Amino acid sequence: MALKKVKGNFERMFDKNLTDLVRGIRNNKDNESKYIAQCMEEIKVELRQDNIAVKANAVAKLTYLQMLGYDISWAIFNIIEVMSSNKFTYKRIGYLAASQSFHADSELLMLTTNMIRKDLNAQNQYEAGLALSGLSCFISHDLARDLANDIMTLMSSTKPYLRMKAVLMMYKVFLRYPEALRPAFPKLKEKLEDPDPGVQSAAVNVVCELARKNPKNYLSLAPVFFKLMTTSTNNWMLIKIIKLFGALTPLEPRLGKKLIEPLTNLIHSTSAMSLLYECINTVIAVLISISSGMPGHAASVQLCVQKLRILIEDSDQNLKYLGLLAMSRILKSHPKSVQAHKDLVLACLDDKDESIRLRALGLLYGMVSKKNLMEIVKKLMVHMDRAEGTLYRDELLTRIIEICSQNNYQHVVDFEWYVTVLAELTEMETSAKHGRMVAAQVTEVGARVAEVREFAARECGALVSRAAAAPPGPASKEVLYAAAYVLAEYCREESVMRESVSGLLICAGTGGGHMRARAVCVHAALKIVANLLRLYEGRNDMEAAISILREALSGLRPLLCSEDMEVQERAHNASALLALVLRRLSPGDSVLAALPDSTLPDTARPDTILVEHQHIDDLEKEDNLDPINGESTTSGFSGGLIEELADLFDGELKPVAPKAQKKVPMPADLNLEQWLSHDHWSSDSSSSEGEPEAAVFAAPQKDARPTAQFTPEELAMLREARRQEQANNPHYLKDDSPRSYQQDDIPIAEIALEVPLQVHTKRSDKYLLSRENSSKKKKEKRTSKKRKSKKDKPSSDSDSEEEASLSRPAVAEGGELPEGAALSDEEPPPPPDDPHRALDLDLDQPLRDEELLTSRINQYPSPEGGLLTKKSKSSKKNKLADKGSGDKASKKKKEKKSKQKSVDLILPEVAEDLLIEDLSKTNGKKSVKGSDEVEEAILVDPHPKGTKTEKHKKSKKESKDKESKRNKSSSKKGKHEKKTGYEEALGISTPSKEVI
Amino acid sequence: MIKAILVFNNHGKPRLSKFYQYFNEDMQQQIIKETFQLVSKRDDNVCNFLEGGSLIGGSDYKLIYRHYATLYFVFCVDSSESELGILDLIQVFVETLDKCFENVCELDLIFHADAAHQVLDELVMGGMVLQTNMADILCRLQEQNKMQKAEAGISAAPARAVSAVKSMNLPQQLRDMKLPDLPQAIKDFPVSLH
Repeated sequence: MALKKVKGNFERMFDKNLTDLVRGIRNNKDNESKYIAQCMEEIKVELRQDNIAVKANAVAKLTYLQMLGYDISWAIFNIIEVMSSNKFTYKRIGYLAASQSFHADSELLMLTTNMIRKDLNAQNQYEAGLALSGLSCFISHDLARDLANDIMTLMSSTKPYLRMKAVLMMYKVFLRYPEALRPAFPKLKEKLEDPDPGVQSAAVNVVCELARKNPKNYLSLAPVFFKLMTTSTNNWMLIKIIKLFGALTPLEPRLGKKLIEPLTNLIHSTSAMSLLYECINTVIAVLISISSGMPGHAASVQLCVQKLRILIEDSDQNLKYLGLLAMSRILKSHPKSVQAHKDLVLACLDDKDESIRLRALGLLYGMVSKKNLMEIVKKLMVHMDRAEGTLYRDELLTRIIEICSQNNYQHVVDFEWYVTVLAELTEMETSAKHGRMVAAQVTEVGARVAEVREFAARECGALVSRAAAAPPGPASKEVLYAAAYVLAEYCREESVMRESVSGLLICAGTGGGHMRARAVCVHAALKIVANLLRLYEGRNDMEAAISILREALSGLRPLLCSEDMEVQERAHNASALLALVLRRLSPGDSVLAALPDSTLPDTARPDTILVEHQHIDDLEKEDNLDPINGESTTSGFSGGLIEELADLFDGELKPVAPKAQKKVPMPADLNLEQWLSHDHWSSDSSSSEGEPEAAVFAAPQKDARPTAQFTPEELAMLREARRQEQANNPHYLKDDSPRSYQQDDIPIAEIALEVPLQVHTKRSDKYLLSRENSSKKKKEKRTSKKRKSKKDKPSSDSDSEEEASLSRPAVAEGGELPEGAALSDEEPPPPPDDPHRALDLDLDQPLRDEELLTSRINQYPSPEGGLLTKKSKSSKKNKLADKGSGDKASKKKKEKKSKQKSVDLILPEVAEDLLIEDLSKTNGKKSVKGSDEVEEAILVDPHPKGTKTEKHKKSKKESKDKESKRNKSSSKKGKHEKKTGYEEALGISTPSKEVI
Repeated sequence: MIKAILVFNNHGKPRLSKFYQYFNEDMQQQIIKETFQLVSKRDDNVCNFLEGGSLIGGSDYKLIYRHYATLYFVFCVDSSESELGILDLIQVFVETLDKCFENVCELDLIFHADAAHQVLDELVMGGMVLQTNMADILCRLQEQNKMQKAEAGISAAPARAVSAVKSMNLPQQLRDMKLPDLPQAIKDFPVSLH
C-alpha cells in the first residue's frame, strides 16, 4: 500500500507544476486559450487523485488561471480539501485559492466553518493568521455568526500578530453580522490601548472605518483618540485618527475647538507630508463645523491656506494635486481666503497633467466674482480653443456654463456678454451633448432675464441665419432649437422678425435626419408671422401683411411633405392658419391656389370663418373679459382675424421648479376609480383622465363636429388661459373640487386658478428674502417691457434696490410650485445594500440579556477583574463567576488571561479627565456610564445571582454609593454599583498599568 | 478601505490581482483592462492620483498608482485612506518584494505570483492596512517559509530534484522564447526605488 502510494507520488512528480504552467502559457502565445483549456483538463484529472500534494499543485495552478480571468468556482470543493490539509504548505495554497475565488455567496462555504475554527485555534500563530487572512476575503453572514466568538478570543491572544489580525477581522465580521458589534465593542475599545503598536493601529483602523459611516455612535471615544493623537508617533495611526476626527467634528463643535491647537502644532512640527496634509484637512473640517466666532479662527484659515499654497507650488505633482483638492474644501466655507490665490489656480489650468487641470477647474467655480468672471471666462475660452482631447474641452465648456449660471447667475453682470459667450461657444462646435447644454442656457437666460431678451433675440436671429446659410454642426443644431424659440418668443424688432421668417423656414427644411430643432423652427416662424401681422395691422399696412403671408406660405410649401412627421404636421397647421388670413385679406391670391387644401369648396370657406368669428366675439362678450380687445378686433383690415391669430401666441412662459410636478397636491376628493360621466363616457372611458386638464381641452361634445368648429372654443380657452396667466399657470391644475363634466358646462369660467395666484405671492416672498444681488437701475428700464404679463413678474423687480457693488439685471429665480409646496432637497436614502446601515447601533447602551454573544464572551477573559479592581476583588469576582456558571475551566482561563490583560489596559477615563473637561460634561459622562455599563453587562447579566451577591458584598465594603443611588432602578442596581467600583478603581488603574 | 490591488505590466497583462470586494472573473478582467487604459496613457511625470474609473467605485474612490519599469502597481481606495499614505504603502510593498526576490523584476512576479500574494497578505488584510514596517513583514514571511521548508523535508526531495532538472532547461527555453511583452526596460529593472 505504502509502496503504491510512493509509486503514485513518483508518477505524479512529472505533472506540470505552476512554473511549468506559466512557462507553457508564455510559450503558447498564439493559441493560449487552447493551451489553457488543455491544462484545465489536466487539472481536473489531477484533482481526482487522492494525493493531497497533487491536488495542492492543481489548486495552485487554478489560482493562477483565475487571475487570467478563468472561472474556477467549480473547484470549490477541491480547494476546501486542500485548505483542510494538515501541512502548512498546502494550507497556504488552499487559502490563497479560497481568498481569490470564494465570496460570501459561494456555495459550500458552510463546509468550511469547522475547519476554519480549527485553524483559528491552531497552535501555530501562522496557521491562525493564514485562516484570518483568507477568511477576511470571503466571510459570509453564517461564517461571521459562527466564528465571531473564536475571532473575539483571538483578539486577546498572547501573540500580537494574531491580535492584530483578529482586530481587523472583526470589522469584516461586523459588516456581515452586525449583531456582533455591541458585544465585541468593549473589547475593541480596549485594543485601542494595546501595548503593541500594531494592534493599536489595527484597532484605530477598525474604529475609523466604523465611525466613518456612523460617526455619532463613536463620539464617546473622542477622549481616547485625543490622547492617542497627542502621544502616538506612528504616522499611519495618526493619519487615521486625524481623519476620524474630521468625521466627528461636524457632530461635536466643542471637540473641534479642542483639536485646533494640537493640530496646528502638528502642522508646524511634522515633516511628513501625508500627516501635514491630513492635519490641514481636519482643520478645514473643524473650521467648517464651528462658527467663525472662535478666536484664532482667521489665523487657522490663513495657516491652512498658506500651507496649501506651498503644496500647490511644490514641484511634486502629487502635492500639487492634493493641495488643490484641499483648497476646494476650504472654498466652500471660506471662499475669500482661497480667492486670494487665484493666480495659483489659474496657473494650474495650464498644467500638463489633466488631473490637476480638472482639479483647478473645479476650484474656479468658487473663485469667480462679479468682477473677475469675464476675465476668467475669457481665459477658459482661450483654453477651449487650444485644448486638444475632447474630454478636457467638454469639461471646460461644462465649467464655463457652470460658473456663469451658478446661483442663478449670481456673478453675471452683463447678460449681453453672457449671451455672446453662449453664441461663441456654439460656434466652437463641440458635441451635440454640449449643444444641448448651451441651448438650455439660451432658453433659461431668455426666460429669466427680461432685460436681455431683445439682445438675445437678435443674437438668435443671427444664429438662425447662419444655420440657414450653411448646414449647422451638431452643437448648432441643438442650439438652434433654443434659438428658434427665443427668437420667436421675445423678438420685437420688425426688421429682425421680417428677416428671420425665411431663415427659420429654411432651417426647418434642412438638417436632414432627426433634428429636434426643425419642428420648433416651423412653429417659431408661424409665431413671428402672427406677431408681424399684428404689427402691420396696427399701422394698416395691408401690403406688407400680404407680402409676409405670401413669403411664409411659399416657404412652408416644401415642408408640407417633409419626411419628418412633426415638421409636416406643424407645417400643415401653420399654412392652413396663414391661408385663412390671406384669404381674408386678398381672397383671390395666387399663392392660395397653390395650396393643397384649396380643393375645398371655396364657397364654404368664408361662411365658416364668419361663423367662427362671430362665435369668438360672442364668447368674449359673454365673458366680459376684454371688451376693448373685442372692440378693436373688428376695426383691423382683417376683421379681427389677425388679432385672433396673434393672441394664440400671447402670454409668457415661465420657468417651473424642477420638483413642481411632484408637489402638486392630490385633490382630496379626486377619485380616479370613478367614472367621469356615466351616460356618455362609459363606453369610451379608456382615458382615465380624472385630471381637470381633461376638461379644459377635451370638453366632450355630444355629436362630434368637424374640427374646424372646435377652433373658436379652443381659441377662446387658450386666450382665457393666457390672460389669466398672472394668476395662473397653465401647467398646474387647481386642486379644488373636480368640475362636472357635463358637456354644456364650458370649463373656462370654472378654472378657478386661485391656487397659482397664491403661489405667486409666495414666490415673491421667497425672492424678497433670498434676493441679494439685483440692481436698482433696472427698475426704470423695466417699464419698457412689452408683455402684458409684466405685472406678474417676480416682485423682485420692485424691491431690487439692494446695495451691490456691481449692478446686474434682475434674474427670475427658481420655478413655479403648487401651493403649499416648498423647495426641498430630499437626500436620497443611502443604498439599501450598504452594510453600514445595520451597524448604526447605539454602543453606549448596556447590553441586553438576549443579545446573543453576551454569554459566549463571558467564557472568555474579560478585562474587568484584573483591570479595575485589586487582586482581592478580582479573585472574588472570579469566585462569583464560578458560582454563577459553575464552569471551572473557563474560570481558570479567565483568571490567567485577565492577568495578562491587566498589563495593557488603560482606562479611557484617565484620558478623559486629563484632556477634555468641557466635553466630558455631557458626552464624556455619558460615555463613562455607557462604557462601564457595557462591560458590566457582559459580566453581570448572564449571572444574575452572582451579581446580587457581588452587589451586596460591595455595598457593604464600599459605602460611597451616593452616586449610584441617583441612577438606581431596581433592575440596574448591580450595574451602578459596579460603576462606582470602576470609578473608584480609577486611581489604581494607573499603577496597574505600570506593572508592565 | 482598499478595494482592490492590481499589478499589471506595460501591456496591461495582469501579474497580480487582489479584490477585497467580490467581482466575478469577467468583471475583474474588465476592471483590470479599464484601469490599465486609464493609467497607461498618463505620463510618468504627472501626479499619481486618478479619479473616476467607472467600474470600481463611484466618486468616493480613487486610483492611486505607481509605475516601476515594466509594472504598474495600482491601488483602488476610498476616501478613508490617505493618498500619500497609500503611495508609501506601495513603496513598502515593492521594497518588500525586492527584498524577498532579491532585485525583483517582472519575471519574479510572473513565476511567483503566489509568493507575491503572501507578501501582500502580510501588508494588507481584507482591505485594511495590516503592517507597514518592512522588517516586521520580512520576519513574518521568513518564519512562514521556514515552516514550509521544514514540512517539505525529505519527502519533497524527489520533487525538488525534478524541478531542479526542469529549471536547468530554463536558459535554453528562455532563449527560444519570444518575449514581446518584456521590453528592454526589464533588463535594467532592479526596481528603481525613489
